[in-house]
Amino acid sequence: MSEAVRRLVLLGPGLGWLAIFLVLPCAIVFVYSFFERGTYGGIDYIFTLENYARAADPLYLSILLTSARVAVITTVAALVIGYPAAYLIATAPKPWQMPLLILVMLPFWSNYLIRTYAWIVLLNNQGLINYGLQELGVINEPLPMLYNEFAIVVGLLYGYLPFMVLALYSSISRLNREIFEASADLGASSLRTFVRVTVPLTIPGIAAGSVFVFVLSIGNFVTPNLLGGGRSLMVGNLIFDQFLSARDWPFGAALAFVLIGLMMLLLIAQAWAVNRSQRNDAHA
Amino acid sequence: MRKMPIERRLLTGHLGLVYLFLYGPIVVLIALSFNESGLPTAWTGFSMEWYGKMFANEAIRRAVVNTLIVAVCSTVIATIIGTLLAVGLERLRPNAVLEAFVFVPMIIPDIVLAIALLSFFTLLNVTLGLHSIIISHAIFNIAFVCVIVRTRLKNFDKSIVEASIDLGAGEVRTFWRITLPVILPGVVAGALLAFTLSVDEFIIANFTAGAGPSSTTFPMQIYAMIRFGVTPEINAIATIVIGFSFFLVLLSQRLNREAAE
Repeated sequence: MSEAVRRLVLLGPGLGWLAIFLVLPCAIVFVYSFFERGTYGGIDYIFTLENYARAADPLYLSILLTSARVAVITTVAALVIGYPAAYLIATAPKPWQMPLLILVMLPFWSNYLIRTYAWIVLLNNQGLINYGLQELGVINEPLPMLYNEFAIVVGLLYGYLPFMVLALYSSISRLNREIFEASADLGASSLRTFVRVTVPLTIPGIAAGSVFVFVLSIGNFVTPNLLGGGRSLMVGNLIFDQFLSARDWPFGAALAFVLIGLMMLLLIAQAWAVNRSQRNDAHA
Repeated sequence: MRKMPIERRLLTGHLGLVYLFLYGPIVVLIALSFNESGLPTAWTGFSMEWYGKMFANEAIRRAVVNTLIVAVCSTVIATIIGTLLAVGLERLRPNAVLEAFVFVPMIIPDIVLAIALLSFFTLLNVTLGLHSIIISHAIFNIAFVCVIVRTRLKNFDKSIVEASIDLGAGEVRTFWRITLPVILPGVVAGALLAFTLSVDEFIIANFTAGAGPSSTTFPMQIYAMIRFGVTPEINAIATIVIGFSFFLVLLSQRLNREAAE
């Protein structure tokens, strides 16, 4: 079989599918982002930068900033909660590790909408948490826990914490345990060992998990839509509205590429962080 | 480990809280599905009423059938194309840009892919329906299958492929008789993941389904029910979905372990 035929059979269908149904549609949207909105919701093929300028309008800028803030808070929370959990699983006796990890990942396999819905039941004013707190006499009035940023963060954290634990586990479990012993033998306290040895060596896992959670959070639609109330709180909802209700496709398209731009900056930062940590390893 | 029992105990307590956070909401939904009143705050007695309502709901039944059609078709397409792509990338090593490109469908936000596909199908005047959801789901499924199959290919002793070809088996025959059996667990794992992702996917389906119940998928139906208001029927649906997906994961784990032994 000639090299050309082999290439065509193996790579052709996959790359062809992605070229037609991924690259081409994204190119169309990119082009749309530079056109004007038609009077009746269509597209007027007149070049403009207005859509990108509008994204910087304080109203929309604040939505972009909210999205970034929610994503950062969720990522940090997932890291702080996920690291000790992943650490314990990775240092548990071997036969325990897989069952403990599967137990973390299991909820991820059930429907995301249903997992989000569960938090409506738990967080609303007549929900279980408010009811419990009132019965216990901790509060008199129900706490407003649903339809705000708090609810969005809780929902995103619930959805993506398993990813973070998985990424951190695979990084921590690769560490050579003799390093901890060496550090302890040399007189470092366990906290110092953790901060100076464990964390730096697991930067690739931290970066991978953080990027995962951040990217899935910042562009999320379902969680802000169901737990954040009806308003467009995050950029995913804003894009959704531009396409399905406001019928301003060019502006929605521009917002989509602003989102992609933010994500690319982050991925470059991640590559840089991992690269740096590896170079430091090489020096050590 | 025995040196610092206090730290270890704190960590264990922390892990316990993490499990409580992950499973608490699920347990609540399951308990509520059997609650006669359907309300989270008042237990009025055990009842299977909500399950009866759910099974009698024509819209839910149709949505489940639609989702199964979409998931099976997009999984079959993605498993074949994704496996070929994985073998091609591993054997031919085209270049770094193409390798990175395969990850794009995995990290692009759903909402961006959704609007891109809607623009594309609209521009070409394609009638939307189950077929357009199948095409769209295959995009990210190809990428996931490809990545999973490649991890399996990495640990694959390539000398047996060369031996097979040296012995005159031909490339196609070698693929069927040597390569495929070796990477089969990876292919099955990839297919299972693709199926799950498709069953679960909401936004892209919502944009590429077109109007009308004939192409409403199960997640679209659940979304509509949640938006409509909290109805206790959702608890029953949730319990069945959670039970079914847990069963599938545990089954695939078991199959994996048996394959390893």
